[in-house]
Amino acid sequence: MKPAFNPVIVGAGPAGIRAAQTLVAHGVRPVVIDEAVTWGGQIYRQPPPNFQRPKTTLYGFEAKRADAVHTAMADILDRIDYRPGTLVWNAEAGQLDVLHREQTATVPYSHLIVATGATDRVLPFPGWTTPGVFTLGGAQVALKYQGCAIGSRVVFLGTGPLLYLVAYQYAKAGAEVAAVLDTAGFSAKLAATPTMLRQPALFAKGLYYLAWLRAHGVAVHHGVHPIRALGTQRVTGVAWSDGRGRHELACDAIGFGYALRSETQLADILGCRFAFDPLQRAYLPERDAAGRSSVANLYLAGDGAGIMGADAAEWAGERAALALLSDTGMAVNDVRAAMLERRLARIVKFRSGLEQAFPFPADWAAHADDDLLICRCEEITAGELRSAVKNAGASELNRLKALTRVGMGRCQGRVCGIAATEILAHASGQTLQTVGRLRSQAPIKPIPFAVTDVVQEERA
Amino acid sequence: MSERLVSDVAIIGAGIVGASAALALRRMGLTVVVLERDFCGSHSSGVNYGGVRRQGRPLTQQPLAQRAHGIWGRLPELIGIDGEYVRSGHLKIARSEADLAALELYREHSKGFGLDLDIISGNALHARWPWLGARAVGGSLCPEDGHANPRLVSPAFAHAARRLGADIREKTRIDDIAHDGQCFVLHSDNGLEVRAPFLLNCAGAWAGTIAAQFGEAVPMVSAHPAMAVTEPLPLFMNLSLGVEGGGIYGRQVARGNCVIGGGRGYALDDARARPGRSAISSVLQQAVELLPALRNAHIIRTWSGTEGYLPDREPVIGFSSTTAGLIHAFGFAGAGFQIGPAVGEVLAELVRDGKSPTPIEAFSITRFTDPSTNPLQHAKELAISTAD
Repeated sequence: MKPAFNPVIVGAGPAGIRAAQTLVAHGVRPVVIDEAVTWGGQIYRQPPPNFQRPKTTLYGFEAKRADAVHTAMADILDRIDYRPGTLVWNAEAGQLDVLHREQTATVPYSHLIVATGATDRVLPFPGWTTPGVFTLGGAQVALKYQGCAIGSRVVFLGTGPLLYLVAYQYAKAGAEVAAVLDTAGFSAKLAATPTMLRQPALFAKGLYYLAWLRAHGVAVHHGVHPIRALGTQRVTGVAWSDGRGRHELACDAIGFGYALRSETQLADILGCRFAFDPLQRAYLPERDAAGRSSVANLYLAGDGAGIMGADAAEWAGERAALALLSDTGMAVNDVRAAMLERRLARIVKFRSGLEQAFPFPADWAAHADDDLLICRCEEITAGELRSAVKNAGASELNRLKALTRVGMGRCQGRVCGIAATEILAHASGQTLQTVGRLRSQAPIKPIPFAVTDVVQEERA
Repeated sequence: MSERLVSDVAIIGAGIVGASAALALRRMGLTVVVLERDFCGSHSSGVNYGGVRRQGRPLTQQPLAQRAHGIWGRLPELIGIDGEYVRSGHLKIARSEADLAALELYREHSKGFGLDLDIISGNALHARWPWLGARAVGGSLCPEDGHANPRLVSPAFAHAARRLGADIREKTRIDDIAHDGQCFVLHSDNGLEVRAPFLLNCAGAWAGTIAAQFGEAVPMVSAHPAMAVTEPLPLFMNLSLGVEGGGIYGRQVARGNCVIGGGRGYALDDARARPGRSAISSVLQQAVELLPALRNAHIIRTWSGTEGYLPDREPVIGFSSTTAGLIHAFGFAGAGFQIGPAVGEVLAELVRDGKSPTPIEAFSITRFTDPSTNPLQHAKELAISTAD
């Protein structure tokens, strides 16, 4: 008997949607599983049906792209098996375990495209758990999905393209943006300009947000070192320093983040081989130019396999779907496939420019005080991590976790993992690559006890 | 050859057994090298459920368990931390009258070992522990049993041994073991040579290979407990729980997380394992029946490990019957955490004195290698049962 052909796509952001569209165009009906209740992913997250803000307000420059992606999905809904509001919490070879409204079920697959997206790259600063402090992504979700701002006078802090985009979106939506505090210096941006001009459109958008903010009276400071979020019960301001000294600014909310990190747990649980990426300072699942992982019939696309941005996610989703089709013996447009790969390769170069323009604060660990809270789920400080390195000889990340509980809480290291890795590497005098990465364990996100197990679905 | 070491004793495996043997040997003044393929206490010793329980063990293990009970009572002075060890009491739950009868029988048979078992049933059970679900009809309480944090305790034994001068090498896999007539000669994958007249085989689920090399093949198989932990919850479970006849086991740590285990996972490879969907589903369902407070809680992580099981579910502890100076201690069937520290002391006594005051005859490897005492004929199926 011929083995069943039932491709599954996890994630309905730009990568997942373009992958699904490509499969459908070749007469294949995929299952598309997504945690969100509507498609679009984080970047093109749609408001609830009764919200009526126009896309130009919601997405700014990205409105056209957002609309194209949304429409692409709307057009294929009757030709895919779409499962919104569904969490993939575990996987074993050939089967995904999903949770949908307190019910668990098993979804078999013959081929899998993992397009799990990204979350904020968080580097704690003193006071970061004070009510009123949000990640940049969280601030954006509030605006896009709930139509509300995180505060009435907001400071955005950190670095990365999202810093300016979210500040712009907030200002456009009518919120008062008290300041944009970029930890990267302005000279870094100038130095990176030649590299980024390889993608003039993307570069111009970035410049536009900065210029727009300045033109509308928003203070933008570069080379900032955050001191702390002020306030105890609630954020009342932010203190920072720069070359000119210490500053304070009143605000009632802070959005912060340092670009994005990939959601790699599903790829990890499925046994994908990982390699260290120095640019992103993280272990990422290996993939070839087409998106094939190290595991047969498992493809990776979009920011979940390495941060490349939303446009690249669309191309990578389509390219991975073409690889899947081609691997099963179907004829695909090789010219198109090659063109997508060329576009993706160009984005890789552009990203290196972005990293130069918005450099990760590599000295963050050296400056983190011992009492800085690193793991908010388990309430572990930088000092406790350093003590485990010094007194218990922890030299590898999973050992540090075992000895201190860092990364053992609700987030399973998705929030604190990067900071813990930086602290461990710095305290033990090792490279990020040497200290390793947290092993992913099911459930990928918490699951309730009181679930009913739906009878195993028959294989198609 | 980059480095050569000579010592009185070489130990393979820095789990709780090997590490506590190293600690005991150092306290006797003997020199020790410990060779650990991964990190100290990073396999079963560090990822087990954390039960510190005598109740339910075969009576053959009670002298060891009693000895261990004393060691656990002195934990901070031995290893420098309390390891979150609490004598919470261990309640073995009966879900039927037959279960209750089995608990009664165990209480009769284990009299004299100081367990002080107390059988509680019916309304008295639910009045005393109102958080227990209706599925529980009775239980047997061992008031001085409890639980501890294996992630902390097992590595701490190794660190205590190291502080007393044990030479502990992590990430050091032994690829070759020979005996030159006087000494064992060990070679590691990273260029280390160790010579010692005594060799302790404390290699856990992987110890069978070493035993076989010395002509003592044992029918050990690996099994993988399925365990899960909740987010922190208000403290309600002031006992460590087991279930007669198997099923699930559970405890709540001071931080509020409930650790629940039960059933079997599967191996990813020789060294790693996962709980798997079916075991997790079963644990969730049974846990809610016995602990209704968990109904609205969330599981935040699951894990497993690799444990060695012999057909009679008893460990091998004692001298090799083929090779002088070789001592085995493995096959703890998912229940080595509590007795591990006592086994370590016994191993040290075997090295120093050639014997131990704690009876270990039942655990001789000859029960598998001597055809006249082969227990395989009576071996039961490896049942899913309460591990530590």
